[in-house]
Amino acid sequence: MFAASEAAAETAAVALKSGWFLENAWIIPIIPAVAFALIIFFGKKLPMKGSELGVLSMVGSLVFAGGAAYQWIDRVNSASEGQYIEPVIRTWTWWQSGGFDLTIGQHMDGLSLTVLVVVAFISTLVQIYSLEYLRGDRRYTHFFASLTLFSAGMMNMVIADNMIQLILGWEIMGLCSFMLIGHWWEDHANSRAALKAFFTTRTGDIGLLVGTSILFFSANSWTQENLGVSGFSIRGLSAWALSGSPSSVAITAGAFALFVACIGKSGQFPLHTWLPDAMAGPTPVSSLLHSSTMVVAGVFLVARLFPVFYEGMNIYGSSLNFVTLIGGITIIIAALLAFVQNDIKKVLAYSTVSQLGYMMMGLGAGAWLPAVFHIFTHAFFKACLFLAAGSVSHSGSHHSFDMKKDMGGLRKFMPITFVTWVISTLALCGVFPLSGFFSKDEIIDNVGYAGYDIFMIVGLVGAFMTAAYMTRATYLTFFGEPRGAAAGEHHEEEGHDAHAAGHGHDAHHGHDDHDGHDNDAHASHGPHESNAFITVPLIILATLAIGAGFLNAVPFGEKWENMKKWVEPRAVVVGDVDHAAVGEVRGVRTDDTIPATEETIVATEEGASPEAKAAPLMATAAPAEAAYGEEGHGSHSSDCGKKTPKAGVCYAPYVKHAPFKWSKAALSMAIVFAGIILSWLVSVQLYTRKRGFFVGLTKKNKLLAAGHAFLVNKYYLDHLYEKIIVRGIAHPIAKGAYWFNQNVLDGVVNGAGIGTKGVARWVYRNVDQRVVDGAVNGSGVVARGAGGALRPVQSGKVNQYGALLFAAAAVAGLVLIIINT
Amino acid sequence: MLVNQFLILGAVLFCIGVYGVIARRNAVMVLMSIELILNSVNLNLLAFALRNGSVDGHVFALYIITVAAAEVGVGLALVLLVYRNRKSIGLEELSEMKG
Repeated sequence: MFAASEAAAETAAVALKSGWFLENAWIIPIIPAVAFALIIFFGKKLPMKGSELGVLSMVGSLVFAGGAAYQWIDRVNSASEGQYIEPVIRTWTWWQSGGFDLTIGQHMDGLSLTVLVVVAFISTLVQIYSLEYLRGDRRYTHFFASLTLFSAGMMNMVIADNMIQLILGWEIMGLCSFMLIGHWWEDHANSRAALKAFFTTRTGDIGLLVGTSILFFSANSWTQENLGVSGFSIRGLSAWALSGSPSSVAITAGAFALFVACIGKSGQFPLHTWLPDAMAGPTPVSSLLHSSTMVVAGVFLVARLFPVFYEGMNIYGSSLNFVTLIGGITIIIAALLAFVQNDIKKVLAYSTVSQLGYMMMGLGAGAWLPAVFHIFTHAFFKACLFLAAGSVSHSGSHHSFDMKKDMGGLRKFMPITFVTWVISTLALCGVFPLSGFFSKDEIIDNVGYAGYDIFMIVGLVGAFMTAAYMTRATYLTFFGEPRGAAAGEHHEEEGHDAHAAGHGHDAHHGHDDHDGHDNDAHASHGPHESNAFITVPLIILATLAIGAGFLNAVPFGEKWENMKKWVEPRAVVVGDVDHAAVGEVRGVRTDDTIPATEETIVATEEGASPEAKAAPLMATAAPAEAAYGEEGHGSHSSDCGKKTPKAGVCYAPYVKHAPFKWSKAALSMAIVFAGIILSWLVSVQLYTRKRGFFVGLTKKNKLLAAGHAFLVNKYYLDHLYEKIIVRGIAHPIAKGAYWFNQNVLDGVVNGAGIGTKGVARWVYRNVDQRVVDGAVNGSGVVARGAGGALRPVQSGKVNQYGALLFAAAAVAGLVLIIINT
Repeated sequence: MLVNQFLILGAVLFCIGVYGVIARRNAVMVLMSIELILNSVNLNLLAFALRNGSVDGHVFALYIITVAAAEVGVGLALVLLVYRNRKSIGLEELSEMKG
């Protein structure tokens, strides 16, 4: 496979450059995986309890990932315009079964490298931050081990060459998420949150298995024949999806099933309920797993198998599909919930859910690049926001996360935290020169451009709400009068613990490790700035929150669109022999909006198959340049995804890019600023002056009160799941089983008992008394003797029983061998 | 021959497992040893499946893994109950017989 892809690259118009880091990117997840094993086995004996291994392995991965990314950019630059850039794929046989080879390997392209660099980078910073944040924790070593294993899992998923490897990484992440949310499991709320996260994502994961199976069984024969790879291969699935050969039922079902997994993992409606609860974990965990990296796994999966979703969901053929619908709903409902949270981390959690909704909506509307770019920028500013929230609780509010009770006015005490928070908040809101603008605005813009008008409005409303709830959180935390712990109020220890139990959060620190940093917090009495382990990561992330957007600054013209050049796969036909090899137009964005109809599919199959069969594509890989040279260079001229390639394959569909207009940007800016200003005014009235129209509004007005209660109870979704679905399904089954047990089984047993009694009475009178007794008395004597002899065997010692069992088996085995020979 | 190595590994694992079942005093360790034995059997099945180029052995191995998971679930539940009653999972303390 590797040889084949390299051969293809060599025969192309220009040989693509590669490099050691790029060819050996598979090492990147191996580093933290090895570090994990070392930490688990030797961590406690090391001077820094294993944390140094974790940090070092992350730095190592970052260096390797950076090198690979650099070489990838080099590779892109070495390609001629309009040439398909072969991803660097290397595979090895993982296992064989009945002649079927399953591979493991790497599939390095722009997307995987983007996410890889983000994961390595944020992991490094978060581990450094954790050195201080978890100092003196009782499970310090295990914390770093889990964090490192998580990074290994995520990186493995990102570089995965096939679905099975991807699932492996996906599940490792799920496990680590469980372990890290429940890190302070002594608190019942934390272990409940961990279980909830695990079960909810597992519910979605059923879809992953089902979807992978559907796609495998539909695609395998095509991919084996044309590309020589299995139906699990990501590259194979992409080509298959765009080949025009899949039946619309199979690909739609596969895409739906896979998307269910994405709903679970990426906290989309209606399975988003686990994500806010997951904030029960330590703040670095929230920052790394539940905002910037792990939860984008679902988005990543959609982006990775975009051709499958493109065809399965008919993305450019309609103005409404499942992915955009879920994304759009998620944006709004999560943003609404963020308004009623008092816990600073929960505000950020709902904000994350909402931003993931943006990414999904973007992907659903075909805005592939903006969505991927949003993964990239969002990771930096959201990680920064979480770490800042952690810094506030660590040094400012005495381990409380309650904005209303224990924060306020902290900007004077924690200037660095404050500034980094504000920068990231503005980036999140999408204020012009900061990174969020370049990604989020592009998503909204492209969604509208692709014809999903309603969702553009949803996006704008979401932007307004984002600005408003983040302003509210900023105001409550950093402005106004200091309250509670932020005012230097010294909690009594009992009160502190009660508080911890009530909120089930990082305050849990205080239970067992008073020896560590807790003393610092106690000694200093009141809020102060955190130390360098915390502030340096904050500053780095805030800098990136400002600057990362310029990697794809669409407003400044083509020259600034580097991400587009580096990351977006070019939608060109590979292995195309002659130029006219493009079949008829399929149902894309036609008026009737019917997906590829039965007729066209049959027609394309008839057109495509014989040629494809005659010439296996890898062997005839010809310059894509030749195929598209005349149509005007560049990926935009491609027909991949629009039409069925007659010969050759597409690995990526054609995507539209909305032309940038300052007027549209100005509109969204106006909306954002309106959100900020309105929210600011309301916040001042509500939280500081405590008078005016808004105070007590939810109590005065019945409708608003009902709405407020609805939000506070999170749309009663948790009630629905636990009380109605779980009880509704599990309890009747249990009841039914009980009834069956009591009535049917017991009836049978009782009947048998009565029958037996009758028989037994007869036997007793006639057989037992006369015949047997005599024999029994005789045998009793024998039995007593034998029992005495055998008593040592029945010692009650399980080990001895085991030994006897194996000895008997060995003897029986010997006998068997002797008889057979 | 590759299959031989699988079989040898399986045999070694089996022996370690048997040793564990006989020698260990801790119920959990005994359960783990039983797992080792089951997995050594799995290895054998897989080795022969590999040699015969058939998928049957794999299917059996998957069944065994599933059954083993269920068995360990039951086993650990038993151990947990024993621990609750006796505050110990030492096997030698379990015996109430006089032999």
